[in-house]
Amino acid sequence: MKELICIVCPKGCHLKVDEENGYAVTGNSCPRGAVYGKKELVNPTRVLTSTVKVTGGTLKRVSVKTDGDIPKSQLFPAMEALENVEMKAPVSIGDVVLENFLGLGVNLVATKTVPLREE
Amino acid sequence: MSGTERQTKYDVIVVGGGPAGLAAALEAKETGAEKVLILERNHELGGILNQCIHNGFGLHHFKEELTGPEYAGRFISRLPGSGIEVMADTMVLEITPDKTVHAMNSRDGYMQLTASAIVLTMGCRERTRGAIAIPGDRPAGIFTAGAAQLYVNVEGYMVGRRVLILGSGDIGLIMARRMTLEGAKVLGCVELMPYSNGLNRNIVQCLNDYNIPLYLSHTITNIQGDKRVEKVTVSKVDENRRPIPGTEMEFECDTVLLSVGLIPENELSRQAGIRMDRRTNGPEVYENMETSIPGVFASGNVVHVHDLVDFVTAESQRAGKAAALFALHGETPPGEEILVENGACVNYTVPQKIRPENVGKFVEIFFRVNFVYRDVVIRVTSGEEVLASYKREHMAPGEMEKIVLPKALLEKARDGKIRVSVEKEAQAE
Repeated sequence: MKELICIVCPKGCHLKVDEENGYAVTGNSCPRGAVYGKKELVNPTRVLTSTVKVTGGTLKRVSVKTDGDIPKSQLFPAMEALENVEMKAPVSIGDVVLENFLGLGVNLVATKTVPLREE
Repeated sequence: MSGTERQTKYDVIVVGGGPAGLAAALEAKETGAEKVLILERNHELGGILNQCIHNGFGLHHFKEELTGPEYAGRFISRLPGSGIEVMADTMVLEITPDKTVHAMNSRDGYMQLTASAIVLTMGCRERTRGAIAIPGDRPAGIFTAGAAQLYVNVEGYMVGRRVLILGSGDIGLIMARRMTLEGAKVLGCVELMPYSNGLNRNIVQCLNDYNIPLYLSHTITNIQGDKRVEKVTVSKVDENRRPIPGTEMEFECDTVLLSVGLIPENELSRQAGIRMDRRTNGPEVYENMETSIPGVFASGNVVHVHDLVDFVTAESQRAGKAAALFALHGETPPGEEILVENGACVNYTVPQKIRPENVGKFVEIFFRVNFVYRDVVIRVTSGEEVLASYKREHMAPGEMEKIVLPKALLEKARDGKIRVSVEKEAQAE
């Protein structure tokens, strides 16, 4: 039996997950908690948020996220992969920065609109 | 020159274009206010959300998980074509009780703008090292967590390599993860209290995920460094929060981040003579977010510091709507007022006063407790009579509470007072 705090929403339910019984979850107050409890033990995943360089815009960095969760073990390789990514303004919220990011089956998308800088 | 060309008379002027101001302005416009203006100090709208690039925003309001910039973007994208005027890069200098707003920017110079109603949405500011008096040297490398967040997420500068965080508020926790992902070593998060004020989920996904230790009941007792931070001493504290000699631990680091609380930014409110609440450091407000000056409303973190932006949005929509109604129909006629008193375990309530005639079907009361509690009951009483009870399994100072009072209950209030308190469940029933 493994005890976890659910991170699906700000409530933070205290979950108990029974590894020997098909990862049965108790202590959750919604179905999403049951999904999280099992996944956290079998294959923990997170959404990655960070920034990449943008040129020609009103800002120097544009914030980005993976549009789905990725394995926890891939967070640092993903951060490394962002280092050389460069976008050109204008950028709109939802623009795909990288498709099928690192082959993980998720896209890296912009989360901020960056208009062109007026000279 | 503005004085001649710019229209200076507005129905509603909103001071601050963060999440509170955006929601208030849009709601004021939708309620029917014709001329609505947002004044914003920064070069863009969105406020602090622009630097909160992590996700977790919007679960209540949009029923989905958004990052800070995306949450702000949902409101900003509704502005073009709405008829709402925005003046960015503009500093408000003073607001007077006759609802004149003195402001300036480098384009229009000094302006006097008048409004039928004003909504104050200036947000809050971080408590600094000076405010909590940490002993030691004064080297470079000590930042508030939010300042570091701005440097890293918006400006693209790394603020340090080996980091210690003081305070376990959500911004500190979020920055622990952020600095780690960006390649820094975060040595620990030091919390004076025996519990964290941050959300549980942030302790899990920001500290535990990266094996960052959380030192509860500890504080920084010395900072050493010549030009840059070199070494920080951390000590355990006793139940009176005094450092215990002999418990010192030393951390070699180049950076200290402070996440030690937020203070509503109310210079303009105080100057205008608005009545303040010493418990919240914000203006006293009525059920519709109106302050002690008729026609001046306030909402969001300028009134009380929120944990979730979704609640800022809801509160600001109330303020924006009320401001528009004031601009269209004028002042609320004087009537009965009910004072909301703080009973046991309750640190503050918002609103502080309720005018029953202004209440629709129900009124929402927001408050915080003064410690961590399990299995308790929230009681609303008037005199000896219990008007309502609400059970809670878990309450903590870091989690804002909300209760919903039906209008019918307000009619039972005696001597113009109701009291909100928290009791152990066993003693109740």
